Amino acid sequence: MSKLVITDLHVTVDTEDGPKEILKGVDLTINDGETHAIMGPNGSGKSTLAYSIAGHPKYTITGGSVTLDGQDVLSLSVDERARAGLFLAMQYPVEVPGVSVANFLRTAKTAIDGEAPKLRTWVKDVNGALERLNLDATFSSRSVNENFSGGEKKRHEIAQLELLDPKVAVLDETDSGLDIDALKVVSEGVNRFRRREGKGVLLITHYTRILRYIEPDHVHVFVDGKVAESGGKELADELEANGYDKYLKAATA
Amino acid sequence: MTITDSVRSALEQAPALDKVESHLHPTGSFDVADHTVPTGREEIWRFTPLKRLRGLHADAEFMPSATSCTWNTPEGVRIEGVSGDEARALRGISGLVPNTRWAARVLAEVPASLLVDVPADTEVAEPIVVDLDGKDVTVTEAGHVALRFGRHSRAVVVLNHTGSSSVAAVVEVVVGDGADVTVVSIQDWADDAVHLAHHQARVGRDATYRHAAISFGGDLVRMDANVTYDGPGGSAELLGLYFADAGQHIEHRIFADHTAPRTKSNAIYKGALQGEKAHTVWVGNVLIRKVAEGIETYEENRNLVLTDGCQADSIPNLEIETGEIEGAGHASATARFDDNQLFYLQSRGVSEQEAQRLVVHGFFNDLIRKVGVPSIEERLLSTVEAELAKNVLKDTTSGAGA
Ligand SMILES: Nc1ncnc2c1ncn2[C@@H]1O[C@H](COP(=O)(O)OP(=O)(O)OP(=O)(O)O)[C@@H](O)[C@H]1O
Ligand SMILES: [Mg+2]
Repeated sequence: MSKLVITDLHVTVDTEDGPKEILKGVDLTINDGETHAIMGPNGSGKSTLAYSIAGHPKYTITGGSVTLDGQDVLSLSVDERARAGLFLAMQYPVEVPGVSVANFLRTAKTAIDGEAPKLRTWVKDVNGALERLNLDATFSSRSVNENFSGGEKKRHEIAQLELLDPKVAVLDETDSGLDIDALKVVSEGVNRFRRREGKGVLLITHYTRILRYIEPDHVHVFVDGKVAESGGKELADELEANGYDKYLKAATA
Repeated sequence: MTITDSVRSALEQAPALDKVESHLHPTGSFDVADHTVPTGREEIWRFTPLKRLRGLHADAEFMPSATSCTWNTPEGVRIEGVSGDEARALRGISGLVPNTRWAARVLAEVPASLLVDVPADTEVAEPIVVDLDGKDVTVTEAGHVALRFGRHSRAVVVLNHTGSSSVAAVVEVVVGDGADVTVVSIQDWADDAVHLAHHQARVGRDATYRHAAISFGGDLVRMDANVTYDGPGGSAELLGLYFADAGQHIEHRIFADHTAPRTKSNAIYKGALQGEKAHTVWVGNVLIRKVAEGIETYEENRNLVLTDGCQADSIPNLEIETGEIEGAGHASATARFDDNQLFYLQSRGVSEQEAQRLVVHGFFNDLIRKVGVPSIEERLLSTVEAELAKNVLKDTTSGAGA
């Protein structure tokens, strides 16, 4: 089971002029095994939605709810959310100097499973995951994200997705900054994850090109802090052809 | 010539440096009478809480030692306490001419010296470890240590301070031409210890000197780690790792005095602070003399403030008297935990405490590896761990996110 339900979610950030509302009532349900794509213009609040689901302290929830398999997500701490089965692949993964990828992955896996992974199989799993994402074995001993190229950071996020095996993955523009080969590698990683039993994916993107490799069940247009329209794959094609103009006009009108 | 902006601005402000220069290298003297008792207003004392020094900086009696001193003696090395003429002959071998009353007193009054003598061409495989374990904090005492490394020798000396002590110590180091030497001083004192230390090294031609100051314990630790160069091509790496808890004063000063051309100095000090009135001071003095053409220097100090109520002072100070340098730069930063780092780790299921622990480990990790003594790496990591357990890991409440 993995059902993520977002209901009338309102979120603000603190600015110099006081709190500013970014999410203005988001409704979204990702059923067991579904992949949803969220597309929207810059600044529409896509990352805010991703971070709010994951629990970044910068964002204040002022209304609404998020549940995972019926469990109230918003009352959980960031790490509890991850242990409950949420994963966020970040748009800008963070560097952690001095902490090796190997140490980071083992610590995370141990935290998520509640016990240390078996040494033998774990090393094999890690090497396998890195290899499938075209990251050579030396990445294990490098500091987390430090001096990684933009594309390496994104592939490292998907390697984590494979290893940590959450219920629902929120992928925030994992496709941006990737060349076509890296895009394929990343998409294959996401698809391997989707093939596992009942995994949910919320794929945030600017561009339709990734949807050629990762086929969504539903597409949502995100404008000005909420879902402006929902549909099937054909909605992505329409966005490709016509852009967001029609929605932006509606939002400012 | 590549120089950083900070140095460039130091160059532009050259006239203003004269005043600073006077505190870096005042004329020293072996005669105690030439030194007045510091008042605390002097540049070199302004951060140090003199009241807590138990008179060591002034005229506290140097009593018979209450510190047990033991060591291992690897083959080919001579280590022993020497006195009389032999001890006297060791005073000032590093080129040290005291610029403080207390150091002048140590050289003049302490009857014996601990001599570590590594003959020329000797490579000592295992670290020479000198354990100094203080037994009585009410005994004010002083010590003189001479570390003499012959030409082309290679050795690691670890001075390991534990227990309770009130001690003023001068360590003089002579690094022979072409030698490769590491001196590690670990201050793992009990909470009540007071330690005033001056480590002075003379680095020979083409020699490599690595000094690591590691301070965890003690009520007050102040260490000056100074280097001069005997000839061109010498290289000094000055490393420091400190962790101050509530009420502790840990002060590290370095002085790389580039007295010869084509010499190098590279200083990295990293500190963490936690608890009310944890106070650390780092003063990084580098002087590039007129003769010191073609030198390279870089110094860096980073502090990680883990809780409220701490104070980290960090003062890099470069003085340049020649324009002909290869490179010079400095960096200094004091920061709290980075919310984004903690969030990233926590979003992978790692608890807040564990995330903080990882970040601190990461912060110190590269430095610990730079010390390059595998047998103490493990110990340093676990001491960092134990320090964290005192505070960071103790009372974290995992608040709901968002
Ligand atoms: N601290 C802040 N102060 C003011 N505005 C902020 C702050 N943080 C975020 N915002 C605003 O919130 C809005 C939503 O940002 P968000 O990063 O969620 O957009 P996005 O849809 O992910 O954009 P992109 O496509 O560029 O990644 C933006 O207009 C941004 O400027
Ligand atoms: Mg974004």
